[in-house]
Amino acid sequence: MILSKAEAQVLLKKVLGYSKAEACEITLSGSEGGNIRYARNAVSTAGDISTLSVSVNATFGKKTGTATINEFDDASLKKVVQRAEELAQLAPDNPEHMPLLGPADFKEAITYVPATAAATPDTRAEAVAKSIQVAKEAKLEAAGFIENTTSFTAVMNSKGLFAYNTDTDVIFTITTRNQEGTGSGYAARGFNDISKLDTYTATKIATAKANGSANAKAIEPGKYTVILEPVAAAYMMENMFRGFDARNADEGRSFMSKPGGGNRLGEQLMDEKVTIYSDPFNTELPGNTWNREGFPLDKINWIEKGVVKNLSYSQYWAQQKGVKPVPFPSNIIMEGGDASLEDLIKTTEKGILVSRLWYIRMVDPQSLLLTGLTRDGTFYIENGQIKYPIKNFRFNESPVIMLNNVEALGRPERTISVESYRSYLIPPMKIRDFTFTSLSDAV
Amino acid sequence: MRRRDFLQMAGMGLGATMLPRIPVLGNNVPLDAPWYTVDVAQKKKLADVALNEARSKGATYTDVRIGRYLNQYVITREDKVQNIVNTESYGIGIRVIANGSWGFAATDKMDTDSIAKAAQLAVAIARENARLLSEPVQLAPQKGYGEVSWKAPIEKNAFEVPIKEKVDLLLSVNDAALKGGGNYVNSYLFLVNEQKYFASSDGSYIDQDIHRIWPTFTITKVDAKTGKFETRDALSAPVGMGYEYLLPADADKIKGGVTTLYKKRYDMLEDAKAGAVQVGQKMLAKSVEAGKYDLVLDPTNLWLTIHESVGHPTELDRVLGYEANYAGTSFLTLDKWESKKFNFGSKEVNIVADKLQPGSLGAVGYDDEGVGTQRWDLIKEGILVNYQTIRDQAHILGLNASQGCCYADSWSDVQFQRMPNVSLQPGKNKLSPADIIKNVEKGIYIIGNSSYSIDQQRYNFQFSGQLYYEIKNGKIAGMLKDVAYQSNTQEFWNSCAAIADESDYRLGGSFFDGKGQPGQVSAVSHGASTTRFNGVNVINTARKI
Repeated sequence: MILSKAEAQVLLKKVLGYSKAEACEITLSGSEGGNIRYARNAVSTAGDISTLSVSVNATFGKKTGTATINEFDDASLKKVVQRAEELAQLAPDNPEHMPLLGPADFKEAITYVPATAAATPDTRAEAVAKSIQVAKEAKLEAAGFIENTTSFTAVMNSKGLFAYNTDTDVIFTITTRNQEGTGSGYAARGFNDISKLDTYTATKIATAKANGSANAKAIEPGKYTVILEPVAAAYMMENMFRGFDARNADEGRSFMSKPGGGNRLGEQLMDEKVTIYSDPFNTELPGNTWNREGFPLDKINWIEKGVVKNLSYSQYWAQQKGVKPVPFPSNIIMEGGDASLEDLIKTTEKGILVSRLWYIRMVDPQSLLLTGLTRDGTFYIENGQIKYPIKNFRFNESPVIMLNNVEALGRPERTISVESYRSYLIPPMKIRDFTFTSLSDAV
Repeated sequence: MRRRDFLQMAGMGLGATMLPRIPVLGNNVPLDAPWYTVDVAQKKKLADVALNEARSKGATYTDVRIGRYLNQYVITREDKVQNIVNTESYGIGIRVIANGSWGFAATDKMDTDSIAKAAQLAVAIARENARLLSEPVQLAPQKGYGEVSWKAPIEKNAFEVPIKEKVDLLLSVNDAALKGGGNYVNSYLFLVNEQKYFASSDGSYIDQDIHRIWPTFTITKVDAKTGKFETRDALSAPVGMGYEYLLPADADKIKGGVTTLYKKRYDMLEDAKAGAVQVGQKMLAKSVEAGKYDLVLDPTNLWLTIHESVGHPTELDRVLGYEANYAGTSFLTLDKWESKKFNFGSKEVNIVADKLQPGSLGAVGYDDEGVGTQRWDLIKEGILVNYQTIRDQAHILGLNASQGCCYADSWSDVQFQRMPNVSLQPGKNKLSPADIIKNVEKGIYIIGNSSYSIDQQRYNFQFSGQLYYEIKNGKIAGMLKDVAYQSNTQEFWNSCAAIADESDYRLGGSFFDGKGQPGQVSAVSHGASTTRFNGVNVINTARKI
């Protein structure tokens, strides 16, 4: 269920009015949305869900308790406040507890698009029908998923803070496979605005990859120049973005830790072509303008020309280190160049085009060594042209090492991580000496 | 934070320090509140509202799941309790067949009007989707059970143990880890109680009470000078038990090896003491030389390899292509099963699917589409003999009944095919892990699980562990590090050369097996005894940045 800013404010004030704690913070959150899942060119499951809940965080001294409920009559609301207060009294002191933040001026986010909020089961069915039609015409089997969600969050606390945000989002992923099981292609899209979603074109790309990847040749594993499409690069780097945390680095247990102590702030850690930042006001990839702690979010650079410019500092760690808190961001953007994917291929003498990566897991947090596999279209490039499809590889590679081996970056585009479904703005990238360690028979 | 973010964090096996950010998945309840349940008669009344409304709108089949899902997380680091979270999620999910197509709707508004509206919406969605059908849903027949119930056979409800006792346990674990030489320690206790009510138009009204527990920790040791660090995770398993899992007797311990291992119950404090010493040894261990080794895999490592290389590829929905867009398909295609001679593994390899085993994460009386649970063979003497199915897929195998593998992780998600416990059967002849090790010339003994990755058809995998011991001429020759093993599923299981007997059999498992779109997690156990695999490829994972 979606409440407007005014409705949320009224309800939050009422709940806060029941509090007897030294400090209290109330969070309201709700969502509405639906999905269709399809496989073998037919719908397999579809659903629709609506939720609304309120969470109360009560504090006495350094003791806090949290209670949540999804019933909204007066008795239930009083009960949930009382429960949180009882919990706070039961909890041991947390020496790392930090005081609530006071009011701040949060800028309006641009994350809500009415067209997405207005999507119905029929909108989703239409989008899926187009996709299945493309697959059938290409004599392939489609398996896909579409989900649109409208959600809101509102926070109010006893120090006078009030923040509200609503956002919309639609995710579409499609895999097409040939009958023989020798070719597979994929496409993934994520937007705040459903009118930008074109399931027909995305499925066309997946069918082209499926037909193009059939009857792949095996080549020897080893170090190769690779071109990672944005959807592959985003998944690889998502594992690194989570490591931009000062505390873990300062404690000596992160790839951001510096031998001898401290962290790598200010260090040239990657190639100077690499700049990674966050900006909630980016029109392609808008994000929330405040975080759950109540900090406003604004543009911030994490990596600038390969140098570590910022790490995230929680309120507690910032106090320990005598610096300003740096909130974890609501989006991640990597700069690139003007080249298209085709341009990157054209300038490659020998290399491998990677359409998608799969099942990436951390092998060693020290070096951020990751393992995973290529999937849904891996192609050998020679003299600027795609020559033939090749069998999938397992890789063992660190994104930090990879971003030291950047040959060229293309034009950034909005893409999603194929595991978290989080959206990123990431360029296609050409990387030298990417390490493939074994062959996979998987298609 | 959305649930899929949580799924990702859980599935990723992210650094322990990320875990305190686990979002509240449901709604909190008082920590020390009496553990109440909703009256069965009230649940039947609500379920009948949905069943009747869906039927009146033209549904030819309806099932209703009323779920109250309770979780408790106690999250600590060093001498601090970072968070105590109690969540409760209560609502109803209604699944129907109309015009031959599935439709689903869920609501947390538990009044009769809202439930009737959700039933209408489920029917409307089914009708909308019917035009995208290639063939109507075919459900395997299932008799109604009438009004029945099932309860997990727990001895001590972990939710009823005072918070202080749980906090004291974790803080004593942390204290032991730090005193033993660790620089940092994170410890956690995860408790789950699923109170599930299922009703269907077949005439079943099934009330079930399911409990799970997972105590775990990560100890970290740092060498500030070199910037190197190592971690050692707990050797516990998530299990389908109450708090009794944390109250071990000597009979539950396997002593005399390189480290103490645990059978049906776990000594967390003892394991933390051992872990603190071992994390220091890991710092000094020899970096492995890449090459072929005979691997001796402890069940704390092998369970995950079974999960990924046997559990997932024998899921029939993957074989058929229903997971093609996310988790992938399977190399175990129907022709391999039909041939009755597909050599999945060596003659020693017998693997069963099971939803009955007491103390396992998968044990329930009935699955989430009202099918009584059972046990069956998947791999028999190395040959692929069966899969895992649910009602709308059983006909594809020529079966006239489901195998009872349907599960949803919440009332708000639609149920689908999920893995039962999948376990390697112990060797029939008397054989201990020590007997296995003494016959290995050049090998590595691996305990605990860590990194894991496998391709989308389940051929090529890579796994690592917590503790690696070099075996030279039948003897343990010291600790190794930077080890990962890479293999192909069929080659690996055909290299299986020896399996320890039943006295070594133990369960491992996962609380967070991810599958489906939207993503859902399920909890599943995998049993094994210590097993030897010959000539497996080992890589060295050390890198410099």
